Amino acid sequence: MKPVFMTYTKKDLINLAVCMVLSVLIIPTFIKTEYWYTSILIPWLCLALATIGQQIVMGYTGQLALGAAGFMAAGAFAMFNLILRVPDLGFVGSLIVSGLIAAAFGILFGLPSLKVRGIYLMVATLASQFFIIWMIDKFGWFKNYDSSGIITAQDIVILGKPFTTPLAMYFVCLAVTTILTLLAMNMARGSTGRNWMAVRDMDIAAESMGVSLLRTKVQAFAISAFYCGVAGALFAFCYLKSLEPVAFDIKLSFKILFMCILGGLGTINGAFIGAAFILLFPVLLNAIGNNVFHGAIDATIISSIEQVIFGLLMIIFMIYEPLGMAKLWENLKQSIRSKLSSSGIKGIKSPVLKK
Amino acid sequence: MANELLFFMEVLVGGLLAGTMYSLVALGFVLIFKASATFNFSQGAMVFFSVLAFCGFMQDFNIPFVLAFILAAFLMVVVGLCTERLVLRPLMNASEDTVLMATIGLGYVLEGLAQAAWGVEVRRLDLGIGDFPVPWIADNLKLFISALDITAGLVAAIMIIGLFLLFKYTKIGLGLRAVADDAGAASSIGIPLKHIMLLVWSAAGVVALVAGMMWGARAGVQFALVDLALKALPVLIIGGFSSIPGAIIGGLIIGAVEKILEVYIGPFFGGAIEGWAPYVLAIFFLLYRPEGLFGEKIIRRV
Repeated sequence: MKPVFMTYTKKDLINLAVCMVLSVLIIPTFIKTEYWYTSILIPWLCLALATIGQQIVMGYTGQLALGAAGFMAAGAFAMFNLILRVPDLGFVGSLIVSGLIAAAFGILFGLPSLKVRGIYLMVATLASQFFIIWMIDKFGWFKNYDSSGIITAQDIVILGKPFTTPLAMYFVCLAVTTILTLLAMNMARGSTGRNWMAVRDMDIAAESMGVSLLRTKVQAFAISAFYCGVAGALFAFCYLKSLEPVAFDIKLSFKILFMCILGGLGTINGAFIGAAFILLFPVLLNAIGNNVFHGAIDATIISSIEQVIFGLLMIIFMIYEPLGMAKLWENLKQSIRSKLSSSGIKGIKSPVLKK
Repeated sequence: MANELLFFMEVLVGGLLAGTMYSLVALGFVLIFKASATFNFSQGAMVFFSVLAFCGFMQDFNIPFVLAFILAAFLMVVVGLCTERLVLRPLMNASEDTVLMATIGLGYVLEGLAQAAWGVEVRRLDLGIGDFPVPWIADNLKLFISALDITAGLVAAIMIIGLFLLFKYTKIGLGLRAVADDAGAASSIGIPLKHIMLLVWSAAGVVALVAGMMWGARAGVQFALVDLALKALPVLIIGGFSSIPGAIIGGLIIGAVEKILEVYIGPFFGGAIEGWAPYVLAIFFLLYRPEGLFGEKIIRRV
């Protein structure tokens, strides 16, 4: 096995440096409105992290799963209980352990993937979605016997320092997302990721070449659920600031599925692009509704239109570019590059992957 | 003792009849799967879309019942036509998973359109059949069974017999089966693929409308119907994706098992296990009999 952190190229490091300068220096100096942090940047980071989880199991391993929100709920409520009952663990420790608890659920509900695939697996993973939400809802212990149904999340305290302002929470999310994204890229490019992709492209062939299906699939489900669990904990503690099972219903699972597919299956940057699109598009539509039509269009109609457009985009992408927006971005870069180097060979396109 | 048995019977019969409602939704899935090996995830959205349109015609435009039904059915034919033209034909050679994803998108489009056109509030649908126990059965058999359940059971039975006869004995049915078996070969011997697909999608649309009317009369016409329709998925896994009798039996099993579990085991866990019990049941089926009770064995070639 390759040593860790060997899979990054020089280009990656430059990209990382650019992203870091942008997110650590430029965004905090230029964006002062709280709205941007509390309603856009923080949920974007959390949902992008959950989408990476979905990518691992769906984009890289090719297993059609539809239960990301269930694992997010497991992570969020594990976090709440760990901080409540095991305060010594600290915020970071609790975050890791709640991810591990979500991963345990991931392993349990990922087991059917050994027997079935496609739509069959989707139904099996739906069981996790409904079961986890039901379990949290029905057993008072998970909610610390709170009868109101909505629990306020505890304040984030790391090494004795409170992280309660939007900016501080943004940095918490940013740090966790950055570390986990780098790890995911590393896994995806290393032997782990190659096994995942071998299973995705042809599981029988992969098995006959010595890739253990059991290990690979269970591993993918566990890691995916870990990412979703951590994302769910951050989502509840930094964005919602409250815990309620309803926030993690099947609609959120579908949303993450859309982020994953529209962003681009089997890409890490697609997770960020997809999450940004699904989050920002409704904001844009609302802005158009308010400024162009001056509120003449009802808010419910706008949200219906939003749904229609997401659905249409899904169909259009499936027909014309099944690899999503990440691929469009790649194509754009390619065409600019080939225009710039006019002396180079023209007309070479990147190989189109057809799944 | 006799009372307990009677109570059990009541739970069982109620569950079985409620199960026929799942069967009605599952039937639409099976029709499309049989003819095109496409898994239509938007069937639930079609249920919602069609019955909301039906309600809209009846309540907003005061169109009489029968005419509204015909209009809604016609609308579903148009939806089927558009789907065939704009979604399925371009995806002719795409993988199953890609088509499945596209139908998820289609479901979103239909849900959005329905709500944009007819609003988001819950509508009441009165079919003139009450959701209360039939007095005659209550008096004579001491069973409390809802009239709506019985109607749903009857409607399901009629549709199944009709579809079964259509598939088995008509030329269209033969064409359908040929297309399902091998679309390429079927079209090369002159079976009009386009018409067959249009027919199947229209039939699935009408089935969705009927299912929606039954559900709507019980639970109100609202967005939650889409989630209810998701329960047709475990029904299909149990019955098999390509079998019409499978959809029925699967629905009956799900309906009965979920009611019995809810009544007898549910109280120990604080109830509402109906929400996930069908899916867990489906997982067990997947582990032991992935093709379902009546499905064709899944063979994958390397």
